[in-house]
Amino acid sequence: MRLMNSKPSRSMRIVLGLLPFIILVVIYTLASDARLLDNPSDKLLPAWSSFSDAIQRMAFEPSRRTGEYLLWVDTAASLQRLLLGVGISALIGLVIGVVNGLLPLYRATLSPLVTAISLIPPMAILPILFIVFGLGELSKVMLIIIGICPILIRDLQLRTQSLPVEQLLKAQTLGANTWQIMIRVVLPQVLPALLNAVRLTLGSAWLFLIAGEAIAATEGLGYRIFLIRRYLAMDVILPYVVWITILAFLMDTILRLISKRAFPWFHGKRGEE
Amino acid sequence: MTESIIKNAVKPIIEIKKVWKEYGDHIVLEKLNLNVQAGEFISIVGASGCGKTTLLNMLLGTEAHSRGEILLDGKPMPTEPNATRGIVFQKYSAFPHLNALENVMLGAEFAKAPLLGKVFGQQRKAIKEKALDMLTAVGLGHAAKRYPSELSGGMQQRLAIAQALIKEPRILLLDEPFGALDPGIRKDMHKLVRELWQKRGLTIFMITHDLSEGFSLGSRVWVLDKPRIDPQQPERYGAQVVYDIALNSTQIIPSSIQTLIEKEAAVKNTVQENTHE
Repeated sequence: MRLMNSKPSRSMRIVLGLLPFIILVVIYTLASDARLLDNPSDKLLPAWSSFSDAIQRMAFEPSRRTGEYLLWVDTAASLQRLLLGVGISALIGLVIGVVNGLLPLYRATLSPLVTAISLIPPMAILPILFIVFGLGELSKVMLIIIGICPILIRDLQLRTQSLPVEQLLKAQTLGANTWQIMIRVVLPQVLPALLNAVRLTLGSAWLFLIAGEAIAATEGLGYRIFLIRRYLAMDVILPYVVWITILAFLMDTILRLISKRAFPWFHGKRGEE
Repeated sequence: MTESIIKNAVKPIIEIKKVWKEYGDHIVLEKLNLNVQAGEFISIVGASGCGKTTLLNMLLGTEAHSRGEILLDGKPMPTEPNATRGIVFQKYSAFPHLNALENVMLGAEFAKAPLLGKVFGQQRKAIKEKALDMLTAVGLGHAAKRYPSELSGGMQQRLAIAQALIKEPRILLLDEPFGALDPGIRKDMHKLVRELWQKRGLTIFMITHDLSEGFSLGSRVWVLDKPRIDPQQPERYGAQVVYDIALNSTQIIPSSIQTLIEKEAAVKNTVQENTHE
């Protein structure tokens, strides 16, 4: 049989999916053991026991200096920034995207501006943000907003513009005014697209969050990683990275489930996604 | 009351007076002079690209005519779509995010709730009942809870018709409504449309590619064609209504149209053959 025609069974698929992870773990363990054998105080590839010690220390014991459970403090701080930044971006993206997509007069005014802003590399204006908004929470949230908002606006604008013109005409013959069409015809149809767009921009949002925290913060997942980097504390950095990945995965999954639950017509039309 | 009925009977619902449509040098339609009485069913037929859709769009209000005037009840036609003229397109007429019942309710809700576009409580109940009646009238009573994507092509068109009729428009525009349907289902749809037209006293304009459909369904047929053609400059002359045939009377179809029908059928057959290959 041709390779392109052989498909894995269900259990086979699970095994195949796990395989790369198992290989990575095995390679890591071997390499770590080899280095530690050479030099027991090697910091680059800590043993699994060092990881569990570090996790125990960061997550389940109060810090000796501040008395806080650092992992949870960092997680709460980062999540708050991230959710604020993404939430505000989604709201702005939805409003401006729909308005731009549906109303040519507004599009003529706003679209070039949005395009221009979307071309500015957000990291390049990070210093400006710190100067203008200070070193507090605002500048970090602003970095996320400036980074992902233009993408959301442009995506939502495209979604709105790609609604079949027949639908908009039909709504007008049903006696709807612009506002009614916006909230009853356009808005519900672009909401699932908004969730999708947010899922895709979450990666960038994390990037901007960690970059912002690395430069100026007093707590946060990104702050912690960059702080302990000075001590080569791989036993903490790696679990933090895994934790961030898990958080990102959970958010993605939650958004997907919300979309499926709230917009069955959207997923019915396009099959499983 | 009686006076206005008498007046309506005499006065045409739509008057098209010396209407031209041109895009720059490109003349699409020229010298249209037509009166339509309330209750007529007009089939608009003609070759592709001869301006059928442009004519319908002018009646809908999405395209402006270049010269002349179009009157609705003696007043200039509104320049944007509104509830006086309902429309059914070939597809995309129903809203995919609403189920069949909600799709039909929408038109009534727009009128009752200017701010939210959605009604609640007692009002909602009344609208729901009316919408269900409408769905039953088009044969979709059993599918009220289904989304458009779960309906077949014919059912979607039934839904689109019900959706338009809840506004009780006096004029219904049909833009190739059955073009994408199977022949058997098309027959059922013809029956439904004829029934609704007669029961509700609608004035219907229907674009169709299918000449026999146009003749069997309409009470009047407009054949659009270009009577003059300049081979060097085909945009120089626009299409006109070359035949305006009332079908109520036992009028014989002109032989030239008979050949047109046959030609169209022949073309269709070759197309089918080609697609089969």
